[in-house]
Amino acid sequence: MNSDMITFTDVHKSFGNNHVLRGIDLEVAKGESMVIIGGSGTGKSVLIKSVLGLLKPEKGHIQVDGKDANLGDRDAFLARFGMLFQGGALFDSLTVWQNVAFRLMRGALKRPKEEARAIAVEKLRRVGLKEWVADMYPAELSGGMQKRVGLARAIAAEPEIIFFDEPTTGLDPIMAGVINELFREIVVEMGATAMTITHDMSSVRAIADKVAMIHDGKVRWTGPIADMDDSGDPYLDQFINARAEGPIEAVR
Amino acid sequence: MNIAHAFLSPIGRSTLGLLASIGRIAIFVITTISHIVRPPFYLKEFGQQLLTIGYFSLPVVGLTTFFTGGALALQIYAGGSRFNAESVVPSIVAIGMVRELGPVLGGLMVAGRVSASIAAELGTMKVTEQIDALVTLSTHPMKYLTVPRVVAATIAMPILAGIGDVIGIFGGFLVGTTSLGFNPAAYVTNTVDFLESWDVTSGLIKAAVFGFIVAVMGCYHGMNSGRGAQGVGKATTNAVVSASVLILASNFLLTQLFFTQ
Repeated sequence: MNSDMITFTDVHKSFGNNHVLRGIDLEVAKGESMVIIGGSGTGKSVLIKSVLGLLKPEKGHIQVDGKDANLGDRDAFLARFGMLFQGGALFDSLTVWQNVAFRLMRGALKRPKEEARAIAVEKLRRVGLKEWVADMYPAELSGGMQKRVGLARAIAAEPEIIFFDEPTTGLDPIMAGVINELFREIVVEMGATAMTITHDMSSVRAIADKVAMIHDGKVRWTGPIADMDDSGDPYLDQFINARAEGPIEAVR
Repeated sequence: MNIAHAFLSPIGRSTLGLLASIGRIAIFVITTISHIVRPPFYLKEFGQQLLTIGYFSLPVVGLTTFFTGGALALQIYAGGSRFNAESVVPSIVAIGMVRELGPVLGGLMVAGRVSASIAAELGTMKVTEQIDALVTLSTHPMKYLTVPRVVAATIAMPILAGIGDVIGIFGGFLVGTTSLGFNPAAYVTNTVDFLESWDVTSGLIKAAVFGFIVAVMGCYHGMNSGRGAQGVGKATTNAVVSASVLILASNFLLTQLFFTQ
């Protein structure tokens, strides 16, 4: 629980003149659920995508389990991760079970079709979806069901590290609560390290062990969830209490 | 000085932009080819694309070449009658169809249908993070999305052009025998006697190149699509326009290569 699974050291990333990350330093411990909060456009998704190699930081180092994230066997590296994308990012042309079992039907983890389907159905059941959903297409599902399918896909190959990009965005409060509970159960059950991006403070309180707030391209505050309300940081206070007035300037 | 700068700098910027695009496309093509010869191979996706690009393009290519063959017969008859050369209609229709019109018109129609659909599909996948999702699932997007489409289009296009050639010649035959007074047996004999195997082969080689261009342009613009509906729309337009222009330009170069003594 104490050794670091993911370490960010002085990570910088720009898009043209927009310097999104200006020196991120952050450690995520093994088996920990770290939630990243911060205003829109502060680079939270950029941070996660940089770990996976979807974006390349201009400066700084990202280490996963003590090894540089950019070195070594790419497939073996990615096989350690599962990711739930904000919009689900389910493949339209594939059925639900084919989406969930995608990784199990090709590459190093390939197994027979029947076995892959059985695992997919089991993972769907784990996220509260019945077997009849397996043969539907993503477009035929509601937003909440798509999130669950995305969650099932993220955990299908039982990854060590799971990233969740805004898991409750666009869901009604009850469905968001269900997803939060599911998330907590799955992460605890699998013993996985989790990094979640969210704006939903009820979600933060439900799933976080630790919280990091990004502001102005840097980690403004990080600490255990229990310390969040008494941090004494005016930026964090403004954000978690959703106040319009404060040091964070809102674009109106 | 300022006037010269104001006049020259947009030209310089456009030139640099064009060269950068050519460079990016060249790298994309080289990367695609390098992935074609390296495993893993996604045969199921290849089969699906062969069906989508080849089989489902048959009606549009067939109709295009059928009417073009008929129109060609009418034009050659009208033009040939000025110097008593009406008898050349079957041979010119056949040569025109297999060397030029079958592959070029087929290529342009497939560019409109397939390039646009590939760019829109991949562009939407990019915008909705499906391409990022592929990467996180240890699947290379070039191998899974681009290679099956490019290989399928390169194989399907000569088959389409071959079928289009036959339908186009048949269109000319129908017009020739029903409207222009040709004897059916004589029309067929004239067609077969004057057609050489190189006429057909050169057209099929051209079609394979056009198929490659269509799929590469669709994939390139789709994978590099901008954000939102506007970005996908622009990618789709660019894919069709660039594929069409490249088909016409490469057709000229290939014709020069094949038929200039």
